[in-house]
Amino acid sequence: MDLDDALKTYIIESRELLEQMEDALLRIEQAQDDPEIINAIFRAAHTIKGSAGLFGLEYIVAFTHVAESVLDKVRGNALHIDPELVALLLESGDHIGTLVEHAAQGDEPDADSERHGAELIARLNTYLGHRDEQTAAKGGMPVEHAPQIEREGGHSVATDNWHISLRFGKDVLRNGMDPLSFVRYLGTLGRIIRIVTVVEAVPPISQLDAESCHLGFEISFQSDADKATIEGAFEFVRDDCLVHIMPPHSKVAEYLDLIRDLPEEEMKLGEMLVKCGTLTLDELKKALQKQADWQRPIGEVLLENNIVRPEVVAAALDKQKQVKDSKTVENNLIRVDAEKLDQLINLIGELTIASAGTALVAQRAGISELQEAASTLSRLVEEVRDTALTLRMVQIGGTFNRFQRVVRDVSKELGKDIELVISGAETELDKTVVEKIGDPLTHLVRNSMDHGIESAEVRLAGGKPAKGTLRLNAYHDSGSIVIEVGDDGGGLKKEKILQKAIEKGLVAPDANLSDKEIFNLIFEAGFSTADTVSNLSGRGVGMDVVRRNINALRGSIDIESEPGAGTTIRIRLPLTLAIIDGFLVGVGSSSFVIPLDLVVECIELSEEDKYAAEARNYLSLRGQVLPYMRLRDLFDVKGERVRRENVVVVQYGNARAGLVVDTLQGEFQTVIKPMGRIFSHVNGIGGSTILGSGEVALILDVPRLVQRVTTQVEKNGLELA
Amino acid sequence: MAQHEKSKAATAHFAIEGEMTIYRAAELKDTIKPHIDHAGVIEIDLSKVSEIDSAGLQLLIAAKLEAMIRDKQLHFVGHSKPVLELLDLCDLGGFFGDQVVIFPLGTH
Repeated sequence: MDLDDALKTYIIESRELLEQMEDALLRIEQAQDDPEIINAIFRAAHTIKGSAGLFGLEYIVAFTHVAESVLDKVRGNALHIDPELVALLLESGDHIGTLVEHAAQGDEPDADSERHGAELIARLNTYLGHRDEQTAAKGGMPVEHAPQIEREGGHSVATDNWHISLRFGKDVLRNGMDPLSFVRYLGTLGRIIRIVTVVEAVPPISQLDAESCHLGFEISFQSDADKATIEGAFEFVRDDCLVHIMPPHSKVAEYLDLIRDLPEEEMKLGEMLVKCGTLTLDELKKALQKQADWQRPIGEVLLENNIVRPEVVAAALDKQKQVKDSKTVENNLIRVDAEKLDQLINLIGELTIASAGTALVAQRAGISELQEAASTLSRLVEEVRDTALTLRMVQIGGTFNRFQRVVRDVSKELGKDIELVISGAETELDKTVVEKIGDPLTHLVRNSMDHGIESAEVRLAGGKPAKGTLRLNAYHDSGSIVIEVGDDGGGLKKEKILQKAIEKGLVAPDANLSDKEIFNLIFEAGFSTADTVSNLSGRGVGMDVVRRNINALRGSIDIESEPGAGTTIRIRLPLTLAIIDGFLVGVGSSSFVIPLDLVVECIELSEEDKYAAEARNYLSLRGQVLPYMRLRDLFDVKGERVRRENVVVVQYGNARAGLVVDTLQGEFQTVIKPMGRIFSHVNGIGGSTILGSGEVALILDVPRLVQRVTTQVEKNGLELA
Repeated sequence: MAQHEKSKAATAHFAIEGEMTIYRAAELKDTIKPHIDHAGVIEIDLSKVSEIDSAGLQLLIAAKLEAMIRDKQLHFVGHSKPVLELLDLCDLGGFFGDQVVIFPLGTH
């Protein structure tokens, strides 16, 4: 990996870390002083700084160092987290982000960001200075060594302790890490019983390179934490530091290994272990003696001589297992270029088409063996396709969590107290969709906060809690993902919307509109009911853009609103943009594909229904009203009418409709090919695909069709079941 | 941040002020080393050290070692609170000689 690649990785990682940091900062306001969260924040800052040092990004190191120092104080309980500090840290995080972007562009920070950085450092320093004053007041004169008492208790119970052996690499300091901070951090995981600082490697000052690190520590440590946690403390230095962690009751042999592994002389190290209280003098002597006749593996020798107790073996095995586990966790994730994934999906799309073609040829050839092979092939292709598609699936939680910050900032700006409640964060959807949904969602969230949620006074007067609630929710529903943005505000005002729409000439004054249609007017271009134009919304641009964005994703958007109780905006999006399970139907000589997820059932259109339905455009499905539409009529397909027509019942959201077709041709894996721009206005078609025979089939835009069918019926004054 | 000093031919007494951290490690090394070269008894006042990290600690150790090898006496006096905390954390009081703390003007 050359430096450029490494830098790229660093920048990506830093962005992720900053996101995590921001996330944690927002959470900490609710979960006061949760050490886990504080550690997460600290680690993020720490890693960014450490890696920045590697790349010589001094400006990042310098700034992050200050922020990290403040965080270190918080971690050491010397500072208390309060909203003001959180705000400052959030700003600092933003600033680090700016600096990282500078690094990404390969330039130095400009005067503006330098000024901003200096101002932030000054503010951060007030938190640091606070403690410095204290120390200056107390620490002017030498004090007696007081806190020795705590450590002395440890000598006798040595066998219950962990032993940690650390030798820091030369570059640790240069990389912006302080070996002692690891020791301090260890103190938060348990109790340091004894520590021996290994100074043997430190050269005299005349030969010292002051920026190289030559320190090491032997630590006897008492903790209930598991090995992974303790190992985690050294996560950042694992690469340039020798870390040996011995669980309690480790085998003498393992200590022998340790003694051999470490650079110091055997006796010297042995003494250290004894000093730490980890080994007794007797144990050490025995071990070293054994080492003299080092013919067989020491483990065997020890077992033979009954030195090893069974529980020691168990502990050792356990340790080995833990090491293995931590390795698998490490290797669990790999970073893949999104482009490679796209390429794979494209290829699988072609593969799907090819396999459908093969199946068709096999069928025509009439060779049963060939047919069998072809069907096995298509089953496998289907599996490959599904697996490949899940590769692109990401949880929406990441996107949702970003809104914590938006809500926080906007509510401050508006002077409203608003809480964000997130649910369904684990709902997965296609990465491309996730990327494109961010902007529209931001707009909806801001809009809800600005227009939806009333001021505290109005809320209290209306008998609602002063604190407003904004809800983000996501769930899967028949082949699509539904994302809801809800508020508990005043709801949409129908009269006002209608009046405005008439004013703007969007609807005729005498138009008879349903509630839904009125609500949907706010998505029209140039529509805004806000009396005053605020910084955030009300300028009449936005909602129409939101709708356009959602439509571009083959999704739909609708509104539910209750006066005084709030508004919920519901976005419905397809799970994936590339390949779907389709249901192939035929009308005349044309073929159409209906997304299989939307198909509820297929029924035969009986003669009797046919005549009865002819006049009224709906038929009775087991006693329920089902509006329907003939694809033959819709697309003006020529050709003889078949005697037996079929109805495919589709559902989208709450609405059902029947599509009348000539033939049902069964399931078909459909690779969606986008339609050319000139077809973008054709109603009812969502895309095209290529059949195994090489013919083109159109993919029906079911949501649009259902809407069309049902509104037709609504107009006729019929309520849908 | 300045280092005050009053060196005689045989003894050097000077103070380190401000932070003893990686950022100043190289600079401090160049400050300390000449004193050890030129004096037989060196006394370093740490009472104004506001912050010390591993690099600072390493400097103290290296200075002590240098003095030991060259058979000179080096004492640290007036340990400030951060220094004491650090020595305590590493349990290095013994290495530097506790007498430094107990008899601040200790004579070997």
